[in-house]
Amino acid sequence: MAKRIDVSDLNVYYGDFKAVEGVSMTVEPRSVTAFIGPSGCGKSTFLRTLNRMHEVIPGGRVEGKVMLDDQDLYAADVDPVGVRRTVGMVFQRPNPFPTMSIRDNVVAGLRLNGVKSKKALDEVAEKSLRGANLWNEVKDRLDKPGAGLSGGQQQRLCIARAIAVEPQVLLMDEPCSALDPISTLAIEDLINQLKETYTIVIVTHNMQQAARVSDRTAFFNLAETGKPGRLIEMDDTATIFNNPNEKATEDYISGRFG
Amino acid sequence: MSSVTGVSVTDETPDSDGRDPLPGDNASTGRLGDRLFGGAARGAGIVVVALVTLIGVFLLVQAVPSLADNHENFLTSQKWDVSDADNLGFGIARLLWVTVISSVLAMLIAVPLGVCIALFITHYAPRVLAKPAAILVDLLAAVPSIVYGLWGAIVVGQYFEPVQSFFIAALGWIPLFEDTGASAASTIAFVSVVLAIMILPIVTALSREVFAQTPTAHKEAALALGATKWEMIRTAVLPFGRPGVISAAMLGLGRALGETIAVMFIVSSLPDGAPWSWSIFNGGETFASKIANNAGEFDSPSKTGAYISAGLVLFVLTFVVNAIARIVIERRKAFTE
Ligand SMILES: Nc1ncnc2c1ncn2[C@@H]1O[C@H](COP(=O)(O)OP(=O)(O)OP(=O)(O)O)[C@@H](O)[C@H]1O
Ligand SMILES: [Mg+2]
Repeated sequence: MAKRIDVSDLNVYYGDFKAVEGVSMTVEPRSVTAFIGPSGCGKSTFLRTLNRMHEVIPGGRVEGKVMLDDQDLYAADVDPVGVRRTVGMVFQRPNPFPTMSIRDNVVAGLRLNGVKSKKALDEVAEKSLRGANLWNEVKDRLDKPGAGLSGGQQQRLCIARAIAVEPQVLLMDEPCSALDPISTLAIEDLINQLKETYTIVIVTHNMQQAARVSDRTAFFNLAETGKPGRLIEMDDTATIFNNPNEKATEDYISGRFG
Repeated sequence: MSSVTGVSVTDETPDSDGRDPLPGDNASTGRLGDRLFGGAARGAGIVVVALVTLIGVFLLVQAVPSLADNHENFLTSQKWDVSDADNLGFGIARLLWVTVISSVLAMLIAVPLGVCIALFITHYAPRVLAKPAAILVDLLAAVPSIVYGLWGAIVVGQYFEPVQSFFIAALGWIPLFEDTGASAASTIAFVSVVLAIMILPIVTALSREVFAQTPTAHKEAALALGATKWEMIRTAVLPFGRPGVISAAMLGLGRALGETIAVMFIVSSLPDGAPWSWSIFNGGETFASKIANNAGEFDSPSKTGAYISAGLVLFVLTFVVNAIARIVIERRKAFTE
């Protein structure tokens, strides 16, 4: 189910502005890869190119190649809508659909895929909510609005919604930055479980979090504001945190930065 | 508007009118400017409330004597005979039906059309086209209703004949679409089309505004699940905009209910004693056109009172419809905060 991502020499632009330059990396299946780096270095921008979500921003475009196993994501005949069904995404701010119940939120993606049977939808809703460690908290109020949950619960609801369509890859952009430490731990536990099934890429500003959840870590940086962000180095998480190759990485991790 | 982190501007800044004014707003230093401006604002508020009350009271005072003399049932009678000031007999059943059905039909045409135009402007049109399209639709609001009336009656009416024949042939067995022999350019159905064009700008402008306010976070949530553009609109934009569209429809309805000139110009009035018909392919009069058509008869207080009673009903009708629109708008505010 999980797939490998191979990026080679990727540039990302917003209109004329080059936001990310020359990124090449491999993301292993069934692992967690963390992106770290200072604000504005293009982590979110790069993450979005992995499911073509950058294309919804006016002017967003890429040069280079992204392979999902043996499928070229940017080949002429590839539909971005199809890509997003295989590569799911969780955002920084929990964003459940406000007018939908908890159950409808979870199965929203399946409905888009044309699944109609109530039984099938209910089964997936339960499975996904269990998968997101949310089932016990919401099983008695599935018909209540999703917006009525706490922030941490909403974020797990969004994760449940993302995994309900059984993607190959799950992208998470600072999924815990709006959450308290307990909700954060709940989501980190969840990430640890999910990596058995999915390829996971997570952007985080929290070094401890990167160290706790990820197998591999990629450090991004930019020379100065207005210059494109670059991938400085990528390695096993333990290596990046204990014995990085680049001085910039060491400076950033130890807080001696900027 | 959007940043790549998915936090939209609309998320960050709640709209200013959705909030209570700062408590400091009530602080007054007692300086001259404060007192003058506070007084002027309060005065203006009082004038508006007083005006509405006065209009209501005026209508009521004028209407009551005639209503008391009326020997027909005001609400259910189809007769309207006020030629003899001492023997009044008038009822609003026909007026009410024609007013309501023409406005509701206009709304049924204008709302789907307006929503589609608003969606086109906010989500489909390329930037260069969106702005001019929006301005064009707004311009429709600036056309005086007499022009709509003329244009409808003289230019467009003739092309409405095939439409009417088609409906009568296909659905004529339903009383609503019965053939009454009225010419196509003078029917309730046709004036509904003209009214629909008149309320289109209101519906479009309000819908456009709410659709444009859909938080990026919701739209991206749908897109990230693999929604196509239309699916994204269905899952994120339309549910978010629904209360706005409902209130837009209500405001449009309120406008159509009171429209006078265009209705007078287009719909032919029926002779007294014509048989009752539910058909929209028939002539008739609305409250507004009835009153305007007969302004020449206002020669005695009791006759005038009969027309004012009709005006009173129209006043209440539009008031209720607008109140509903306001309530829905208020609810939406509570919901977006
Ligand atoms: N919608 C946009 N249009 C134009 N430029 C943008 C847009 N979003 C981001 N950028 C620019 O692209 C660059 C990378 O931004 P990005 O949001 O990817 O950084 P980031 O590493 O995710 O930062 P953070 O850690 O603060 O989330 C920045 O210079 C930013 O100003
Ligand atoms: Mg970011």
